[in-house]
Amino acid sequence: MAQKKALLIDISMCIGCNACQGGCKEANHLPEGEEKRLSPTAFTALEEHDGKWARRLCQHCETPTCVSVCPVGAFTKTADGPVLYDAEKCIGCRYCMQACPFRVPRYEWSSTHPRVQKCIFCYSRLAQGKQTACAEACPTGATKFGLRDDLIAEAHKRMDAEPGKYVSKIFGQEDVGGTSVLYLSPVPFEQMGFDVKLGTEPMPDLTANAMEKIPNVVTVGGVMLGGIWWITKRREEVEKHEGSHKPTPKNQDQK
Amino acid sequence: MRTFALPRITVWRSIATLLITAGVIAAVLRFTLGLGATTNLSDEFPWGLWIGFDFLGIGLAAAGFTIVAAVHLFHAEDYEPIVRPALLTAFIGYTLVVLVLVIDLGRPDHFWHPLVMWNPHSVMFEITWCVILYTTVLSIEFAPIVLEKFNMHEPIKWIHTFSLPFMIIGVLLSTLHQSSFGSLYLIVPNRLYPLWYSPLLPIMFFVSCIASGISMVILETLILSRNGRTLLPPTLRANLAKITAVALAVYLVVRFQDLIGRGDLHYMLAWNYHTIAFYFEVLVGFVCPLALLMFNGVRQSRRGLYCVCIMVLCGFAANRMNTAITGMEIYPTRTYFPSLIEILIMLGIAAVGFSAFAIIAGYLPIFKPEPVPPQITDEPWIRMLAPEEHG
Repeated sequence: MAQKKALLIDISMCIGCNACQGGCKEANHLPEGEEKRLSPTAFTALEEHDGKWARRLCQHCETPTCVSVCPVGAFTKTADGPVLYDAEKCIGCRYCMQACPFRVPRYEWSSTHPRVQKCIFCYSRLAQGKQTACAEACPTGATKFGLRDDLIAEAHKRMDAEPGKYVSKIFGQEDVGGTSVLYLSPVPFEQMGFDVKLGTEPMPDLTANAMEKIPNVVTVGGVMLGGIWWITKRREEVEKHEGSHKPTPKNQDQK
Repeated sequence: MRTFALPRITVWRSIATLLITAGVIAAVLRFTLGLGATTNLSDEFPWGLWIGFDFLGIGLAAAGFTIVAAVHLFHAEDYEPIVRPALLTAFIGYTLVVLVLVIDLGRPDHFWHPLVMWNPHSVMFEITWCVILYTTVLSIEFAPIVLEKFNMHEPIKWIHTFSLPFMIIGVLLSTLHQSSFGSLYLIVPNRLYPLWYSPLLPIMFFVSCIASGISMVILETLILSRNGRTLLPPTLRANLAKITAVALAVYLVVRFQDLIGRGDLHYMLAWNYHTIAFYFEVLVGFVCPLALLMFNGVRQSRRGLYCVCIMVLCGFAANRMNTAITGMEIYPTRTYFPSLIEILIMLGIAAVGFSAFAIIAGYLPIFKPEPVPPQITDEPWIRMLAPEEHG
């Protein structure tokens, strides 16, 4: 099995230069120009919070919500980490956008043949043995590319080296079952616009809990409905039979 | 067989024509200009009015499976005169919902993909299949009405052989997708306001669709029992109202027990954007009608039932719209209000539905020519749908 690739984003090292977005746009052939928020033409964006920057991009979850909700399987989680999207399959129901816990997928609303757009973790660069364009472009090392396990160890090393510099949490290590984008932050994550209440359970489990009851509903329900049909029919027959011996006003009406 | 004529048909026709024309123009704009230019949908709000309308349409069409189950599976044959109107409602409801879904899709030309590209983990996939299969079952249940019109009795006999399994499958499919519309939201605990989010959403959606489906049936019997025709005797209508009351009561118990159990009851105490919507929904749609239905006088009176059913349907609509829209809003920073084009398409499609009902009911044998006594048993198509033992 391929080893999981990941990104470690150290918020304390980010200087907000936006080189990551520039590199990303170049690698993905997107129109140039700085964008402050994710869009169909910006797969990553720096969100400023009080002089610090939180870089937004697809988190490439270990158990991705988008993969689970897509009715046609347009999303796939690859073995080495990236979550990919196939516009040829997509029907445009936008459930992925509704369901993504990080609100990442963006839609080409102005097109008549719209696609969902999001970071694909420079999948083709990875195949060539390169790192992601954003990590390559980052001048300070705030974004570091590597194997997921190595990066988690690295993050712990940084936290241990300078106690008090970071809050004691690697965002993405366990959130929603773990992601391929890991964050270190000098301030509480909620101050940087992160949702820290997502929990460690992968979101698709919430749906699976309900979906796994379907076979039971079908079998038990089917037998029950058939049973009720048989019993009520039988009751009617018995009533009719008894009525032919002992006429009651009701049965007289029926006759 | 002109046994049915809507009163004030010319006024209705002109309004309907107007709405449908506006809807068609709006739909043409939507397809030529794209979703972005014609709707208020956005990356922040990818689902809007149309999804709410789908929930609503499917909920009202629940009339079909509840009545089929009651009459043909539970042998409550007294209610048989409303089976055909309920089937017609369901059939039109589902067809229109599919139409809205296709308009809502970003790539309507890919609408057939779920048939060949499968993802069984997706609730959306399950709903798509249930809706497709149930619409097929509805066509089979509805076919005898069409065949009867053309005096084709051989195929009716043929369908009758298979009718029981089809009815059971129909009820199961309905149970599944009615609840699955709630399951769609299980995956957004971080987004849906706690007054609406619940792990029990599928159960709540199912229970409330029974209340709305039966209310829709009662309303239909009231509206259609005019001009000397009585679709259902008042006592049977009152019994249907009792079923609605039970569904409402069960719903309220589940809803509030769940709120208390999750410790989210305190959200009710605030007075804000969300609680106003919540109180409107719960009081108008569930508490008040339940209280009114406690009185026999209300259950017996036409006017009383009219009021109650309209309240239930309004509350039901509010519940679905609140789950789909209000609960997903963050007031006042992230809100959504549909665009004119979204509204016109929705109204146009609703008008198509009402017109289709009127036209089909005038053409096909949906109602029997005579007021029907409740104990009727020798209509050929009842025997067909609820076969007796042979021999």
